[in-house]
Amino acid sequence: MMTTNRAILPERGLGDRLSALFWRKPNLLLVLLLAPPVLWLGVVYLGSLVALLIQSFYSIDEFSGVIVPEFTLATYAELLRPSNFDIIVRTVTMAAAVTLGAAVIGFPLAYFAARYARGKWKAVFYLGIMLPLWSSYLVKVYAWKLILAKEGIIGWAVEGLGGSAVLNSVLALPVIGGTSLSTSYIGTWLVFLYVWLPYMILPMQASLERVPVSMLEASSDLGATRWQTFRTVVFPLAMPGIIAGSIFTFSLTLGDYIIPQIIGSSRRFIGQAVYQLQGTAGNVPLAAAFAVVPIVIMVVYLTIARRKGAFDAL
Amino acid sequence: MHSDARPPLTLTLAAIGALLFLHLPILLIFLYAFTTEERTYQFPPPGLTTEWFAVAWNRADIWPPLYLSLRVAAVSTALALILGTLCAAAMAKARFFGRDQISLLIILPIALPGIITGMSLRSAYAIMDIPFSTFTIILGHATFCIVIVFNNAVARFRRLSGSIVEASMDLGANGFQTFRHVLLPNLGSALLAGGMLAFALSFDEVIVTTFTAGQQSTLPIWMLNELVRPRQRPVTNVVAIVVFVTTFIPILLAYYLTRGGSETAGGGK
Repeated sequence: MMTTNRAILPERGLGDRLSALFWRKPNLLLVLLLAPPVLWLGVVYLGSLVALLIQSFYSIDEFSGVIVPEFTLATYAELLRPSNFDIIVRTVTMAAAVTLGAAVIGFPLAYFAARYARGKWKAVFYLGIMLPLWSSYLVKVYAWKLILAKEGIIGWAVEGLGGSAVLNSVLALPVIGGTSLSTSYIGTWLVFLYVWLPYMILPMQASLERVPVSMLEASSDLGATRWQTFRTVVFPLAMPGIIAGSIFTFSLTLGDYIIPQIIGSSRRFIGQAVYQLQGTAGNVPLAAAFAVVPIVIMVVYLTIARRKGAFDAL
Repeated sequence: MHSDARPPLTLTLAAIGALLFLHLPILLIFLYAFTTEERTYQFPPPGLTTEWFAVAWNRADIWPPLYLSLRVAAVSTALALILGTLCAAAMAKARFFGRDQISLLIILPIALPGIITGMSLRSAYAIMDIPFSTFTIILGHATFCIVIVFNNAVARFRRLSGSIVEASMDLGANGFQTFRHVLLPNLGSALLAGGMLAFALSFDEVIVTTFTAGQQSTLPIWMLNELVRPRQRPVTNVVAIVVFVTTFIPILLAYYLTRGGSETAGGGK
């Protein structure tokens, strides 16, 4: 059949022919591999985002309630009405408060896990942070409804300790107070904090683990106290991790509508506005315009974070 | 970092406090499933009973949402496994134009708040007049599950030595045989871990789902309705335990499948 010996085996069918083709043209394989996922994400996700943008430039006819598919900025102008603008300010304030709280409460845990946990404890801490991150969101929110209810465990404990007067005076505070913890901003803040805390801890821990020991030794060799070392060496090096974590806590709080609906006062957040406007109110254009607000805020936030080097810590 | 010094007491206490803060609330869900009080969240429970498990079992309105959730999670996970693995195979080693843009595109559905993904899909369905169905839910779920599978698969692809692929080719295997007999066995546990995390994420998802489900009810949506308008509160606790366990077990398995590497599953959600 063949007169000379060949170094290359004869092709045994379609599989071989295709393999040879991919070998000669690696980019073809790349394109074939990437096409399905990129098409999916491009069409389903980016396509939807474009649809959202288009909707936000439409408006609604105030009398008939029918969507008018013509380009207008009127819907965005409606966001600036005091009642709507308040919603945006309230949401951003809450997101900032949650981010701050998560950084303060999460830091010791991240620091301990990165610096002192060894062997078996390392795994305990890892799971201890990862399991709450992944466990059911609704179940976590529900747990807090049980905790914060007037007749729930906090009320019971406070009464047992004789601190009812303290709790009542906290709840009597203007703005953040309410009739009970489950209908006050304090309650909303606590639940946001609880649900998003692991998102803050993990990047902080990652950046703390990268702090070289030699720097800490150098710092103490140069006579710095523990606190000075922390303030001038550890904290600045952990900053990218904190910013990376804050991206999550900030963004997630901006877009949530379930938590303020279940725990909190009747004053609305962006997420609730979006949900109600697209549902019962049927004002999809205004809902879309509201949904663009977190996107714009996050783009600004990410631009600042990028300058601070937060993406290396992700 | 490593240290020979003992941690300061305040740090230890603060760390333990934060850890307890993360874990204690969930335990209450279990306690309240056994309470005899069904109208309030009274603590401590006036009495304990196991009757709510039987009541939940016999409630006809729980089963259809459970089936729908399982169906959506299964199909979304399967789609995400295919799309995520393809993407990881292409992105793991190759450098090409637009690579950063594609990785941004993969991460975006989970980086932006769920309400944006939900509202975007809702707008697209409205513009194109697509009626709500199981399919519209799956479309959303598969989109944000891709990144989970991708993260797990890409880490494993990077760790795989290129020489085993070359060895396989030297021994005469074509690309498909190499994939079947060399790559797949090595990827297996990473894909299983990614698939389980994706399943857990989809099974539990509520924010995107409320925008893409219309009148249909998945188990999390059923729970949300019960939270807003409670009927038999302990029954909701029983369902909460079911949801918790259904997401908890895959997450724990995913951890044990991939631990010990630099790519332990679950590092990012």
